Amino acid sequence: MLRYIVRRVLIMIPTLFITSALIFTVMELPPSDYFETYVAEMAAQGEKADMSRVEFLKKEYGLDKPPVERYFRWIAGFVQGDFGYSFEYEMPVSDLVGDRLLMTILVSFLTILATWLIAFPIGIYSATHQYSWGDYGLTFLGLLGIAIPHFLLALIVMYFANVWFGLSIGGLMDPKYFNQPMSWEKAQSILAHIWIPVLIIGAGGTGTMVRSIRANLLDELQKQYYVTARAKGLSPFKALVKYPLRMSLNFFVSHIGDVLPTIVSGSELTAVVLSLQTTGPLLLRALQSQDMYLAGSFLLFLSCLTVIGVLISDIALGFLDPRVRLQGGATK
Amino acid sequence: MTKTTPPDVLRIEDLRIAFQTHGELNEVVRGVSLRVPAGRTVALFGESGSGKSAISQAVMGILPKNGVVTGGRILFTDPAKENGALDIVPLPRDGKEIRHLRGGRIGMTFQEPMSSLSPVHTIGDQIEEALQLHRPQNRKQARAMTESMLEHVGFRDPHGAYGRYPFELSGGLRQRAMLAMALICHPALLIADEPTTALDVTIQAQVLKLMKDLQREIGMALLLITHDLGVVANMADEVAAISNGRIVEMGPVQDVFRNPQHPYLKALLKASPHFEMEEGERLVSLRDQAKPTAPVSRLVKSASAEKPLLLTVRNLRKTYGNVRRGTGTVAVDDVSFDIRKGECLGIVGESGSGKTTIGNLITRARSADSGEVIFNDGNGVVDVLKLPPRELVEFRPHIQMIFQDPVSSLSPRMTVLDIIREPMLIQERGSSANQKDRVIELMDRVGLDPRFLNRYPHSFSGGQRQRIGIARALALNPDLVICDEPVSALDVSMQAQILNLLKDLQASLGLTYLFVSHNLAVVHYMADRIAVMARGRIVEIAPRNALFRNPVHPYTKRLLAAVPVPDLDRPLDFEKVMAGGKASDPMTWSEYFRGDELTHVDLGNGHLVLADRSCGVRELVA
Repeated sequence: MLRYIVRRVLIMIPTLFITSALIFTVMELPPSDYFETYVAEMAAQGEKADMSRVEFLKKEYGLDKPPVERYFRWIAGFVQGDFGYSFEYEMPVSDLVGDRLLMTILVSFLTILATWLIAFPIGIYSATHQYSWGDYGLTFLGLLGIAIPHFLLALIVMYFANVWFGLSIGGLMDPKYFNQPMSWEKAQSILAHIWIPVLIIGAGGTGTMVRSIRANLLDELQKQYYVTARAKGLSPFKALVKYPLRMSLNFFVSHIGDVLPTIVSGSELTAVVLSLQTTGPLLLRALQSQDMYLAGSFLLFLSCLTVIGVLISDIALGFLDPRVRLQGGATK
Repeated sequence: MTKTTPPDVLRIEDLRIAFQTHGELNEVVRGVSLRVPAGRTVALFGESGSGKSAISQAVMGILPKNGVVTGGRILFTDPAKENGALDIVPLPRDGKEIRHLRGGRIGMTFQEPMSSLSPVHTIGDQIEEALQLHRPQNRKQARAMTESMLEHVGFRDPHGAYGRYPFELSGGLRQRAMLAMALICHPALLIADEPTTALDVTIQAQVLKLMKDLQREIGMALLLITHDLGVVANMADEVAAISNGRIVEMGPVQDVFRNPQHPYLKALLKASPHFEMEEGERLVSLRDQAKPTAPVSRLVKSASAEKPLLLTVRNLRKTYGNVRRGTGTVAVDDVSFDIRKGECLGIVGESGSGKTTIGNLITRARSADSGEVIFNDGNGVVDVLKLPPRELVEFRPHIQMIFQDPVSSLSPRMTVLDIIREPMLIQERGSSANQKDRVIELMDRVGLDPRFLNRYPHSFSGGQRQRIGIARALALNPDLVICDEPVSALDVSMQAQILNLLKDLQASLGLTYLFVSHNLAVVHYMADRIAVMARGRIVEIAPRNALFRNPVHPYTKRLLAAVPVPDLDRPLDFEKVMAGGKASDPMTWSEYFRGDELTHVDLGNGHLVLADRSCGVRELVA
């Protein structure tokens, strides 16, 4: 098992290397860079950009150097924790992202948690009461969750919250806490706000997950070992939890890797609509304005998250399923 | 008085069970009455679909959701208590009372030990769970009891076995673990649903012996559900034969075997192949559809020696896995044999002996590591293993295959017409109309009604599907047909039909068969010569009668001794079967058959046995 983990970690290095090269290439592809866009924008507004400052910055950040050299400088910095400098916000990327990243991770984590907490009981109920009215109703709700785009759901919720309760539910905290150090009041404000984006962002995921839990469990409930468990005298619920549910967990653990990045990056639009202080809107803006270090570091960060997520799910699967742990590579 | 008639542990009275499909009730058990006396073994015998499994499920209260008991009573009397009989039928499904019986007073084992055990829990965990449910213990004691149970059912290292997962165990050990699970609470009744069907014969004999011993020790009653008359004859005190949801014959095993009354049982006894059959004697199958087209007497057998060689296999080798890293297993190890035109060569061996791989290598479904497969149909000699891709495609019609599983070997999305025509399409034989005529002709040949041309495989029974597979194999007029366990998925009566069909086709079309099977009786019925395989090698090859009358190799002897025969006068010699370890383990063979200098010693008349080079014929036969 230890050898397996070491091998997996080693494989991550070339994977991330190739990914970073790809990201860098994509960032380099547009014929212009941030400063040219900036100068053009200024010109369009009838103002003259400070060309000497532009030249200075270009030199300072090595934009006049060949791409290969710039790539390695970027990567070297990334490894040391220096993610580069955002031209648009005129501050280091790490300072810019830091706070928002914390919020993003908080939102994502709570979303995953909420998704599972809601989806598992519903999925189990649907599978054990297949084709009952409860099953139909819950399936219908789940399908609604999948079918309605997040941002639309966010708009609808915002509208009704305003019309019915006179509430403004945007943001992750009360505006007066912006740029304030963390305090008990701030934390309370965050908790009061966060459940709405969590539910909205989680709606689609919950629907999908209910469907998969139901399908997986229905498969497992047909299996002979479930009959064996009942023939032993176990009550149906205990047997269900110990055997089929345990087996269907495999499926979810192996999907942790996919869940992490989609929740971080998949909710930009919702975040914009709800004006959340997460990283989503930042990434969107960075891509629009060709703020290349901000965008590039961001994308690379997402890739790291994906690779780490897959690693976690593989290791967890190894612990969960002895067939993975003990038989790996032994077949054929 | 009570000694002669022990009280009934289980008494089933006029039981009716129906399954609901598409809103319709379909009765599968139609008024069955049955009793299982304490400490005795009752065999419930029938073919698949006869309703025998539904009865056992009803006793346990674990019928599938669409199954309902529509009438009758299931009375369970616990000999350990004195509160009289309890009717299981009206008990609430999954209620407390029925769960107390399940696993506690009535144990059950299932056919497929792999899928019946959870793959992600250790066997110790799963066995101990049953114990804790019904006879709660503290953890240490529970573990000790579980380990002693494991030792009881034959695990050599019970402490280590506790932490093993089912996939780490062989089929026989898995079934032992199942038994331990069912018996750990010392139930009054054990229901064993086809306990040995998935096992090799030598393992089967060991498990049967184990069940007998445990039954005596625990003093429980045993309801044995099986379709194997050999198992019935060796295990049962009483027999109940069931057909179409009705008990057709019931009584002490002596009466039922020596003097069967019902035509169904008489017919079944005739339908199963056995070793005493004369050459040319035919199996009489139940519900035989068509009379044989070819007269039986045309089966000429003795003259095979003069016939030309069709296939010559030399030094065939195949290794799975990585040899250099030391993880490889040798599946086929230096195998050589000949097949003459028109004969049937049988290959027998237990699972993992490499017999199926040989068929795959000859057809080049898998590639061999080394060796030669020389094919000569009189129009030129080819080495099949060296054919370049394009010539291989042209050569393929000469060798065709019939597969084991009639369900998965036919595409469910193709009609019978498409399935049988496909080989002709691939080989571009004839026009579309010609092909269709040929398909109709083939269906007629294998006993299928050509009106079913446009049906899909799912609307046919297992035996009919196997006929489709046979028609497909014959579509290109092959010289050699490799039959890989063609009847092992079929019931006895179906099996008889298919075997007879294969024999008739061989006679009328002049086919040559390579017949691979684990069932010695079936190979005995089909083959002219038989090769016995163990651990990838042919340990003995001989004409049929020589092999069965004078087996020389210890492995062959053990195999033959382990086959349960449906004959009360020849019970299994359990002591012999249990003697030391796995039959295929060379350490259990006498020294003549071990060592590095093994060669095939000729005993005359084409009887060869794998033995030490220095051995004389006389030492071996002695």
